[in-house]
Amino acid sequence: MLPLETGGIDLGPLLPEHLSELFAGIGLALIIWYVVAKKVVPVFEKTYADRADQIAGGIEKAEAAQAEAAAALAEYRAQLAAAREEASKIREDAKAQAAVAASEIRQAAQEESARLVEHARAQIEAERAHVVQELRGEIGGLATELAGKIVGESLTDDERAQRSVERFLAELEAQTEATSA
Amino acid sequence: MVPLLIPMEGDEHGWPPGVHSFDSRPLFPALGPEWGWLNNHLIQAIIGAAVVIGFWLWMARGQQVVPGRKQFLGESLYNLLRNSIARDILGHDFRKFLPYLVALFSFILVNNLFGQLFLFMFPTFSKIGYAYGLAILSYIVYNAAGIAKYGFGSYMRRMTLPEGVPVALWPLIIPLEFLSNFIVRPVTLAMRLFGNLFAGHLVIMVFVVGGSMLLTMTEPTAGFPVPLLNTAGVVSLLFSLAIFALEILVAILQAYIFTVLTAQYISSAIAEEH
Repeated sequence: MLPLETGGIDLGPLLPEHLSELFAGIGLALIIWYVVAKKVVPVFEKTYADRADQIAGGIEKAEAAQAEAAAALAEYRAQLAAAREEASKIREDAKAQAAVAASEIRQAAQEESARLVEHARAQIEAERAHVVQELRGEIGGLATELAGKIVGESLTDDERAQRSVERFLAELEAQTEATSA
Repeated sequence: MVPLLIPMEGDEHGWPPGVHSFDSRPLFPALGPEWGWLNNHLIQAIIGAAVVIGFWLWMARGQQVVPGRKQFLGESLYNLLRNSIARDILGHDFRKFLPYLVALFSFILVNNLFGQLFLFMFPTFSKIGYAYGLAILSYIVYNAAGIAKYGFGSYMRRMTLPEGVPVALWPLIIPLEFLSNFIVRPVTLAMRLFGNLFAGHLVIMVFVVGGSMLLTMTEPTAGFPVPLLNTAGVVSLLFSLAIFALEILVAILQAYIFTVLTAQYISSAIAEEH
């Protein structure tokens, strides 16, 4: 043992047994300090920084995703509204077209029916005229024959007979016209 | 003192335990007293430093952003020093001093716990030389930080003369502040650490060595019968376990206090307002 000299004062246990203890304490602490400063604290701090970055990045990513979702939603809503508008427009167009088509069809049908009626009337008129013509001849013959049978030979006088037939027919005609009008 | 008639073979500690119980044993006694510095306690301190370095390097290896179990342990310890001591006391300048505080705390803690570890059973800082060493280092660190920030003259003025002191009181205040900041601080730093561990280790030795001596007595001593002596030995050994628990607390507490005070002194040295 090599006790240090203290100039007469007894420091007891407060006096280092060896001065080397001081240097050992300082030296070892310096070595640890160096290693911790070079190899330990930077690693821990880097981990912390990375973690902070990653958390911040995660938040940013989530915010971006949220914004994207909101944009997509807005777009879908706009598309939906446009589609609805288009559908209603198509419906209205169809309605209008249907109305036009119906009126056209109705008009055509009326025209056709009018034409048919006109045609039928003309035909009837023609047939009637024809029938009248035929009847006139026949009725004249029949009446002459009947009258001849009734009055015998009195009707041999052709001139008289012809006159009375003419008169009769004129009366008959007047009567027919009165009824048909 | 009652003379004890106990043979002391095989007991490395003399009775009663005292300052001599803390003497270092040279590793090579044959080389003479000049090699006394190469002793068991130096080896113990070196092992302590190696353990600290190994621990932190192991904790720093393979760090992930999402911590595993090992990393969680390392980060919990690191955070205690980083956030609860360095950042809270030093504010935004803390990173510059963080490595020193981490080194200081872990070195003191490991060496203190050696007092409760069966391999050594001796707290290194109960050798006052080691405590002086760390106190000197802290003293240099906090004064250097202050001088680096304000320059020597300005720093000395800030540290010896609080603002707003009337001129009439200067002759009183300046020596007092000087004494307090430049002499009392480092001395108390060393003595607090040393005294707590020295006293704690001494108390443990008294209970353990005394207890085992009482337990192994085979003849009535100092007028006490053998069964009473042996019973007292058992009680003494049981009580030493309680002291052990207390000493573990003290070991952690002193490492913490030394680190916090160093941070506090650095903070006052570099403070904007004194």
